[in-house]
Amino acid sequence: MQAAIRVQALAKRFGALRALDGVDLAVEQGEFFGLLGPNGAGKTTLISILAGLCRMDSGQAWIMGHDVRADYRRARQLLGVVPQELVFDPFFSVRETLRIQSGYFGLRNNGAWIDEILEHLGLASKANANMRSLSGGMKRRVLVAQALVHKPPVIILDEPTAGVDVELRRSLWTFIRRLNQDGHTIVLTTHYLEEAEALCGRIAMLQGGRVVALDTTANLVRSLHDRIHVRITLARGTWPAALVDRLSESDGLCHTVRLSDPGELEPLLAQIRSAGATIAEITIQQPDLEEVFVQTMRGSLTASIEI
Amino acid sequence: MGASISAGFRTLFAKELMRFWKVSFQTILAPMVTALLYLLVFAHVLADRVQVYDQVPYQTFLVPGLVMMAILQNAFANSSSSLIQSKMTGNIIFILLPPLSHIEMFLAYVLAAAVRGLVVGAGVLLVTLIFVPVPFAHPLWIAVFSLGGAAILGAMGLLAGIWADKVDQLAAFQNFVILPFTFLSGVFYSTHSLSPAWQSVSRANPFFYLIDGFRYGFFAVSDVNPWVSVAVLLVALAALAAITLAMLRSGYKLRN
Ligand SMILES: Nc1ncnc2c1ncn2[C@@H]1O[C@H](COP(=O)(O)OP(=O)(O)O)[C@@H](O)[C@H]1O
Ligand SMILES: [Mg+2]
Repeated sequence: MQAAIRVQALAKRFGALRALDGVDLAVEQGEFFGLLGPNGAGKTTLISILAGLCRMDSGQAWIMGHDVRADYRRARQLLGVVPQELVFDPFFSVRETLRIQSGYFGLRNNGAWIDEILEHLGLASKANANMRSLSGGMKRRVLVAQALVHKPPVIILDEPTAGVDVELRRSLWTFIRRLNQDGHTIVLTTHYLEEAEALCGRIAMLQGGRVVALDTTANLVRSLHDRIHVRITLARGTWPAALVDRLSESDGLCHTVRLSDPGELEPLLAQIRSAGATIAEITIQQPDLEEVFVQTMRGSLTASIEI
Repeated sequence: MGASISAGFRTLFAKELMRFWKVSFQTILAPMVTALLYLLVFAHVLADRVQVYDQVPYQTFLVPGLVMMAILQNAFANSSSSLIQSKMTGNIIFILLPPLSHIEMFLAYVLAAAVRGLVVGAGVLLVTLIFVPVPFAHPLWIAVFSLGGAAILGAMGLLAGIWADKVDQLAAFQNFVILPFTFLSGVFYSTHSLSPAWQSVSRANPFFYLIDGFRYGFFAVSDVNPWVSVAVLLVALAALAAITLAMLRSGYKLRN
């Protein structure tokens, strides 16, 4: 089967800055794929190249097997993009906006589908409102609707939930999930690790224009949880001998243990108590998930790329 | 695929028409009033002093020039402002994401701009006819030059809109290129009334041929042979189309 998105040795510079520095990636049809990375990692640049908004310096990219340059018409017909910026055309109403967008994709009588999208995105009551009058969240929904007018098999959403209230975030999640269940390939970029965790089957982590990690979400999350640090300060007694090999650090009465699963904490504490020690204080270092993620991936970067 | 090509073009064309139609007070009525004010002022001030062609009173002489000026300026304003607004607000991506070809984009923007120019021009002409009698010697020439002029300036507006990064640059282009070239092209006078040196300067101005040829359509007299003017028109249009299409195809300033 043709990959939904394939990217090979993709490079793009802005002056001296390497926005993309040799990216290889394949997203299979039907996947729910997460594209993660800090600001400036190159996520939007990658999407722009796939969508033809931006020219690559070197490399190749295909949407459903169609070269985004040589065969740009078919590639664009198969791709729906929800841009990161909250853009709109102030001259038109929501329905006009969607009709026009349909027309650009060659669809003249798209009313039934437009009604359906409006309904699903909670926009039906705003169908005839001018774009200018909509709130930010509503404008974001219209952008999602615009990306769907031509029923593209591949949909890319560039930070659709950035700066969006919780309610809209939830309803967007539900909506996008349903699109995926209906067979659409979804690529989602986000800052929120929990969002990627909740939705994506596979994740690529981008940093400095390179893919620094690429794995299933389950595997990545597992490696993350190893990073839960628990610092236990004893008031009395000594650290049980049976648990010495679990220590990652030890300094007088203060002992640090790394856990891969929060569930390991209870048995650990029970063992300490039954060995006669009294616990004075427990601090669980709740790591900044994104931070840890970046760190983890930086480690695996050299391994995965040098090979 | 053939059907979708034309659907994409038709949609962009219709969208561009709607864009100016929705604000027709600014885009049609206001420029009409401006042109009519010119007519009023110049006709009043100069009527007794200037005789350009035999048998043609100055007020009458003035009409085609002012109509053409309205066509040119409004065609330019339409495509250039649409492009720069889309670029500034970012909604240009709605046009860049779909599978529109560079030819479809070119035709849609240029034709919509031409329609705006022609609507304003026709409006000015119709209102003027109430007050000033104007002959229509060769309607076909009138049609050729009004369509050609509108298309040329529509293409020029598209080119300027793609090139400009800011509204200021576009305004500069409009004020330092379009406006002087139209004013100095013989809207208010026949170049025959100029000294030989200035006459040859005028001949280097492509807008001169648009207005002169257009005027020939009304009066059957002109400063140069209308076939020469039509040749200039076609060369200018072809050159502008080639440049603008190349810009669109390469993604110059639109797809960085
Ligand atoms: N048009 C541009 N001109 C210059 N630099 C750019 C341009 N677009 C993006 N960049 C730079 O390229 C890098 C990657 O940006 P981007 O792809 O937007 O990252 P992300 O979407 O992951 O936050 C950033 O350092 C950004 O400043
Ligand atoms: Mg981005």
